[in-house]
Amino acid sequence: MVTGQFVRKLGAAATAMLALMPAFASAQEIGKGHPEPGQFHLQQSVTPIMDSIVAFHDGPLMWTITLIVLFVLALLIVIVLRFNAKANPVPARFTHNTLIEVIWTVLPIVVLIIIAIPSFGVLSDQLTVPDGERKFLGANIFSFGEVEVPAASLTIKASGEQWYWNYEYVDEGVAFDSNILGSAVDSYHQTIKPNQPRLLAVDNELIVPVDTTVRMQVTSSPSGVIHAFAVPSFGIKIDAVPGRLNETWFNSRETGLFYGQCSELCGKDHAFMPIAVRVVTAEEYQAFITAFKESRDYASAVAVLPAIQ
Amino acid sequence: MSEAAHLEAHATGHDHAAHDHHTPTGWRRWVLSTNHKDIGIMYLVFSIVAGIVGGLLSGFMRMELQEPGIQIFHGLASMVYGISDPSGSIDAGKQMFNVFTTAHALIMVFFMVMPATMGGFANYFAPLMVGAPDTAFPRINNIAFWLLPVAFILLLMSLFFEGASGTTGFGGGWTVYPPLSTVGHPGPAMDFAILSLHVAGVSSILGAINLITTILNMRAPGMTIHKMPLFAWSVLVTAFLLLLALPVLAGAITMLLTDRNFGTTFFAPEGGGDPVLFQHLFWFFGHPEVYIMILPGFGIVSHIVSTFSRKPIFGYMAMAYAMVAIGFVGFVVWAHHMYTTGMSLDVQRYFVAATMVIAVPTGVKIFSWIATMWGGSITFRLPMLWAIGFIFLFTVGGVTGVVLANAGADRALHDTYYVVAHFHYVLSLGAVFSIFAGWYYWYPKMFGYMYNELLGKLHFWTMFVGVNLIFFPQHFLGLAGMPRRYIDYPDAFTLWNRVSSIGYYVTFVAMLIFFYATWEASRKKRPAGDNPWGDGATTLEWTLSSPPPFHQFSTLPKIDSTNAH
Repeated sequence: MVTGQFVRKLGAAATAMLALMPAFASAQEIGKGHPEPGQFHLQQSVTPIMDSIVAFHDGPLMWTITLIVLFVLALLIVIVLRFNAKANPVPARFTHNTLIEVIWTVLPIVVLIIIAIPSFGVLSDQLTVPDGERKFLGANIFSFGEVEVPAASLTIKASGEQWYWNYEYVDEGVAFDSNILGSAVDSYHQTIKPNQPRLLAVDNELIVPVDTTVRMQVTSSPSGVIHAFAVPSFGIKIDAVPGRLNETWFNSRETGLFYGQCSELCGKDHAFMPIAVRVVTAEEYQAFITAFKESRDYASAVAVLPAIQ
Repeated sequence: MSEAAHLEAHATGHDHAAHDHHTPTGWRRWVLSTNHKDIGIMYLVFSIVAGIVGGLLSGFMRMELQEPGIQIFHGLASMVYGISDPSGSIDAGKQMFNVFTTAHALIMVFFMVMPATMGGFANYFAPLMVGAPDTAFPRINNIAFWLLPVAFILLLMSLFFEGASGTTGFGGGWTVYPPLSTVGHPGPAMDFAILSLHVAGVSSILGAINLITTILNMRAPGMTIHKMPLFAWSVLVTAFLLLLALPVLAGAITMLLTDRNFGTTFFAPEGGGDPVLFQHLFWFFGHPEVYIMILPGFGIVSHIVSTFSRKPIFGYMAMAYAMVAIGFVGFVVWAHHMYTTGMSLDVQRYFVAATMVIAVPTGVKIFSWIATMWGGSITFRLPMLWAIGFIFLFTVGGVTGVVLANAGADRALHDTYYVVAHFHYVLSLGAVFSIFAGWYYWYPKMFGYMYNELLGKLHFWTMFVGVNLIFFPQHFLGLAGMPRRYIDYPDAFTLWNRVSSIGYYVTFVAMLIFFYATWEASRKKRPAGDNPWGDGATTLEWTLSSPPPFHQFSTLPKIDSTNAH
């Protein structure tokens, strides 16, 4: 039967693809702080929070959903092969089987509980700003917390505007705007900072020190609209809502440039208000923030930092 | 075509010749119709028209996203709005993309899927399946249908009025979140959209009342609620969801309307309001809404699976009450759409737990369909292909829902293409596959003719490949971090976007095959007979002629104890 063969071939191909997916997912080489061409995996993590998200997604979640899909697919293939009208001319008449119905009700509950245990841990970490004592999960999501994270020592307020971000070093009382590089007419092909990715590069990056817990306060201009502040490699995403001060945190263990994009529809230029966080060493940060406080001019303050490669 | 078929069937008599003088003809038959079958056909035609509009809108979006950079929307905007200055046309194009995204969603949800399932199939087949001569309120049925084109026209008009200052149309997404839908779009486009949703909502509420009353009060003698076919069950549950959810939407958008026009500040922080309040109200409607779109499909698929397996439905009671459970739990999970709004840890924990509960009754349904087929003697006729396709694709869409249910993982995936992939797997592949399954299953019953099986299978396989090509790579885009509702993306996302756009063209070809197959069937007029599917098709509609007489069951059928489901 033509259809049977089709289904069989398709099934085999799909089975092979799906079976390889969790393996693929962890195998792909990916860059830091930005997506790579053809990427099919979460961005590489540089924070304990993103470590736990990646471990949770690639581990319990990916295995569970892959196995469920494969199981359903296998059952469908068996049905197509064994219970077609040719192979099985006389249909069975059964309509109930209490045992199997109890099994397929209880078993999913068990699976969901197993997922829920790390899920609640990962979630709790995200919503708990470190106090220096609480331990965080990191990549080992089935632990009770083994990663030490220092208490938050720097507070930054990000405010979403139509269509750029404003960052304020709250304790230092200095702020600056961060706009996308380039212009709409030339498709944002920036002439300065040519090595930075199109649509992600900004004129003024948010500069923070490495290995430091940064408390992010996120809001939007009072008369504006909702935006969302997101940096995938930090594992953070939080809405910028007018009239609300939302809070999240990150602690990057690596220096470099980490990009994100506005993640709540905010109008015409929603796709054109990227987020760029430049993580520098503690000494570099001190030099920058001192210069920024003195001059109140981002451009001259950032000049004290080494140029981005 | 359908008209001729109906009239022909009517002229050939059956047991209703005495009613001839009641049969209206010409435009009166349709515009003034109080006949549930004619109204059902009109809903289906309306749904197809809206589906063409909504599908073309997404075509422009996929063409735009095929390559990085802004490809077509600045040109489109300068053509439509007559803007010559290049930066002006780019700005207009960006807004136009958002307008298209918004309109695509609203049209597909309110004017394609809902009219097809709860309008077309529910109107046509729920009364037939419960052995009723018509719906309980035939005139309400008429007004419920005719409000829908009005709502659709209002929505289309909204595309041509000022939205955000200096731009045209409402581009704030189908979720119409304030302040983007209030201060962000001061022009009348949003007011037209609100009015459109109000009218569509009234239409759906009236339809829901009619269907609930019909199913609860007009079942044939002997058909207890626990002998009722599962499609009628699915319609009953869905109608209750509509009845309870839509007024909340109506309230929310009325508050939006007064915020916009009459100085209230429900959602405006400067007056003590809160934009997030709107999100709670919207999703209290919005989450049941997604079950409204899929539940009738569950019912359709159950019948098809049983018919072509020549085997009764496995676990009928569990199947019926799984739908009730999904409908009930669907009302208490709304804020899983809002994990990033800044809700407290405890609130997020609750919504994670509640959302994952839905996987249990959904699993019961998937496994019960499989158990229905298990041991069956299956013929892989066209509706069965769509139904099996539905089961597999819905499973894929369902498991990514489990991923997203976990707020911890959703942090990385919220508002990315992963979400787009997820909800298109359950709706564009799930709900739409169930609609096509129902279309091909009941086509011979509604029109009296058989379609060409080969053309239909070509339609199925082309579409199966096409939609998977569109939406599977979008999981990758989402994981890699590409946000939704973006007209342009960093160059790294090019590959999967291109694959996705190619998938759209394949799907477009599939739709051409569908239209050709429909036209071919209407030309060739191959008589279908009362029951083309054989002894597996046990519900009452197959006891009638194809198409059924203008008025059926003037003598009510009696359901005996052995004749269940």
